Amino acid sequence: MRALLSSLLLLPVLSSLATEWRLSEVCPAGFRPEQGRCYLQSLYGEYASLQDSGVGGLKTGLPPLREGFTPQQIDLGRLMFFDPLLSGDGTLACSSCHQPSKGFADGRGLSVGINGQLAHRSAPSLWNVGFLKRLFWDARASSLEEQMEGPLYSPIEMGNSREHLLKSLNESAAYPALFKQAFGDSAISLDRIYTAITAFESSLVSLNSRYDLYANGVHEVLNQDEIEGMNVFRSFVARCAECHTPPTFTNQQIAILGTPEPDGHAFDSGVQAVTGDASQRGGFKVPTLRNIEFSAPYMHSGRFETLREAVAFYTGGRGHAVPEGEKLNLHWHIWEPNLTDREIDVLVAFLKTLSDESFMPPLPSAVPSGLRPVVDVKPN
Amino acid sequence: MKNPIRLGLLCLGLLCSMPSLWAADIPVKDGESIQDAVNKASPGDVVLIYPGTYKESVYIDKDNITLRGVVEEGKWPVLEGEGKRNDAILYSGNDFTVEWLTITHYKGNAIMGQSGNNFTIRYNKVIDTGVYGIFPQFGKNGLIEYNVLSGIEDAAIYVGMCDNVDVRHNEVFDNVAGIEIENTRHALVENNYAHDNTAGLLVFITPGLPIKTTFDVILRNNFVVNNNTPNFGAPGSIVSKVPQGIGIVVMAADDVIVEGNIVSGNKTAGIVITDLAFITDISSDPESEPNPDRLVFLDNLMFDNGADPVAEVKALMLTQFSRTGPDILATPGSAQEQDNCIINRERYTSFGVKKWSECERKNTADVLSYRIPGGAPSEPVTATNRTKLLYQGICAGCHAYNMRMIGPPTLAVQALYRNDAQGIADYIAEPHKVRPDYPAMPSQGHLSPELRKDVAEYMLKVTK
Repeated sequence: MRALLSSLLLLPVLSSLATEWRLSEVCPAGFRPEQGRCYLQSLYGEYASLQDSGVGGLKTGLPPLREGFTPQQIDLGRLMFFDPLLSGDGTLACSSCHQPSKGFADGRGLSVGINGQLAHRSAPSLWNVGFLKRLFWDARASSLEEQMEGPLYSPIEMGNSREHLLKSLNESAAYPALFKQAFGDSAISLDRIYTAITAFESSLVSLNSRYDLYANGVHEVLNQDEIEGMNVFRSFVARCAECHTPPTFTNQQIAILGTPEPDGHAFDSGVQAVTGDASQRGGFKVPTLRNIEFSAPYMHSGRFETLREAVAFYTGGRGHAVPEGEKLNLHWHIWEPNLTDREIDVLVAFLKTLSDESFMPPLPSAVPSGLRPVVDVKPN
Repeated sequence: MKNPIRLGLLCLGLLCSMPSLWAADIPVKDGESIQDAVNKASPGDVVLIYPGTYKESVYIDKDNITLRGVVEEGKWPVLEGEGKRNDAILYSGNDFTVEWLTITHYKGNAIMGQSGNNFTIRYNKVIDTGVYGIFPQFGKNGLIEYNVLSGIEDAAIYVGMCDNVDVRHNEVFDNVAGIEIENTRHALVENNYAHDNTAGLLVFITPGLPIKTTFDVILRNNFVVNNNTPNFGAPGSIVSKVPQGIGIVVMAADDVIVEGNIVSGNKTAGIVITDLAFITDISSDPESEPNPDRLVFLDNLMFDNGADPVAEVKALMLTQFSRTGPDILATPGSAQEQDNCIINRERYTSFGVKKWSECERKNTADVLSYRIPGGAPSEPVTATNRTKLLYQGICAGCHAYNMRMIGPPTLAVQALYRNDAQGIADYIAEPHKVRPDYPAMPSQGHLSPELRKDVAEYMLKVTK
């Protein structure tokens, strides 16, 4: 017994000095290893969902997660995520717009890309992004791998090119050996880069909030205001839960809400610009509400500074913010619920029960390029 | 009580103290709160609601709870929303039953389920209340019977995104939609009386919802008469677009069998079959298959439909030199093909069904119910098994029994704390870094001291 214990405790250390990079050999928090790959262990593991849809009520199974990556792949993705080597000029990392301290969003209305350029939309939170089958506000990507080609190579976001990305990683002193640890040999390909970053992003799971405890039978963790807020949330008056469906708090559908753009900005046609379908004008993907407390401002353009403003939008009247002359097929759940101030307050209280950052990944103090890791940039 | 032996064995396995294994009746009298009784209830309990007026919204997030009204000499318990409360009853638990209640004047729904398998909703009167009367959503295996609903501005009975549901012996009148089966599979709608609604029975695929299909629906032996009420649906709602005067609408749904119904006195048409183009001003959804397929029309009694059709139908009928609507109308482009079938078609006035084939199946006598024998799986969460759930769901994500994960092995924790559950309970409330080669543990301080100790005791007894 004693011998077994001591051998267990003498396993190799998790990470080490910046000069000798060693990727983690253990799965991140919330993931159990199975034949060297990591799979989510959650409160929802034993539940089913209707038609395997991953939507429902309190005790409902999750949608499929991108999982089954190795600990090394996840850890390599983590290091690249924070490494500004991935941008065209070495100034921006994924984490520039997806900051851990801001719900893996950036605290801005519109994100800021290379050379200070403004992006077109607000950076979404990455918590639970591995459960999503469509990415971007306008749902134009169907995998994380496909999605990340957007910001990496956008001239107004990270401003990189495929060739330059491969070149800078290959020329770095540390990365080839890390790719060898993660993939078996030191070849660096775009697919491997995307796989590793996908592996890391999919490990950002938040399912241990106080709400989750309530959903799993621990009713005493929510106070009366929060329970009241939950009941408004799922009522057929506010109807929040119709689109922000548990357990991920998004039904992953496109909805046309008619939220206002920031002052001076043109109307954003949303999904229509991707599909050309006029009936989808102004449509955006329903976002998750997990950790919503941390990812202000809200909506596709970051128009609302606070949760209270965002919630109050829904009781402002159907189409009240639609610009004159715009004809939008507003979602049928956008109506006039006439929520009271008290109801808005308790809704906000409930939304804050969805906060859980217990599986925050380790934030690197150094990254393999030797550049300064982008962690916790404060907004201007 | 559901399977007390299995629960008992589970308890022995967990070395728990004996919970209330036998169902209790919890009475609620006029002036008391139904919610208080639900909060006290354990799985298997019956909340008995005596005649009186109850001004509250009730939510049930536990399994196997029954709300049962007690009707005495014609006096019913009444849930009164006074036009200001949201929903009367919200449930998410499995094996939920609600019966013998009068529900009126709520803003949202009378009875609303969000998930919750094996539900039973019966013997309720729902009058002039909000958006939907009875609305189970995301439920598998349910029964809705002997309810009477009127004055609902959307669907009186709305089965949305469910599987395996029987809807029978209900009366629905003076609503916009009587009974709506939407994005649902395996539904039997039988022996209902749908009259004086805008439309009587609706079988729909609504686009833009996360569950995309409706198929395998039987509409059998219903009275669907005089559904001519002007549409009073809320602006922007889907049903606000349904023309008045239709007995049955099938929109985009597949494998719908219509048999043995009496459909009469509906002024636009008896039955309308349409694709998704029927609903305008809605965002398109490429994942929703828009066409109704493989419809089966067996013997029905239809007469006196279409006396005064809405303008669109009138225009369509004029192409056939008629000013009245038909018993059966397949709108142009919808269900025009031979994969649909009908028997004794000469008995009905019809439009658009010329190519339909003759059905091989002549009746549905082989289908008695679409519910699942033995019920859908449901594992009740009890005070005793929730400790195990928390351990498996949260702790085991970082601690394996005898293997290093992100946290140290359970075996190592057991060796360190031995019998000191309180020590673990205290530590996890305010974890601090102990082992240099492990990251700090996230706090579990939001759990009550009792729950932390329960989980700690569980952890000390884990053996694999």
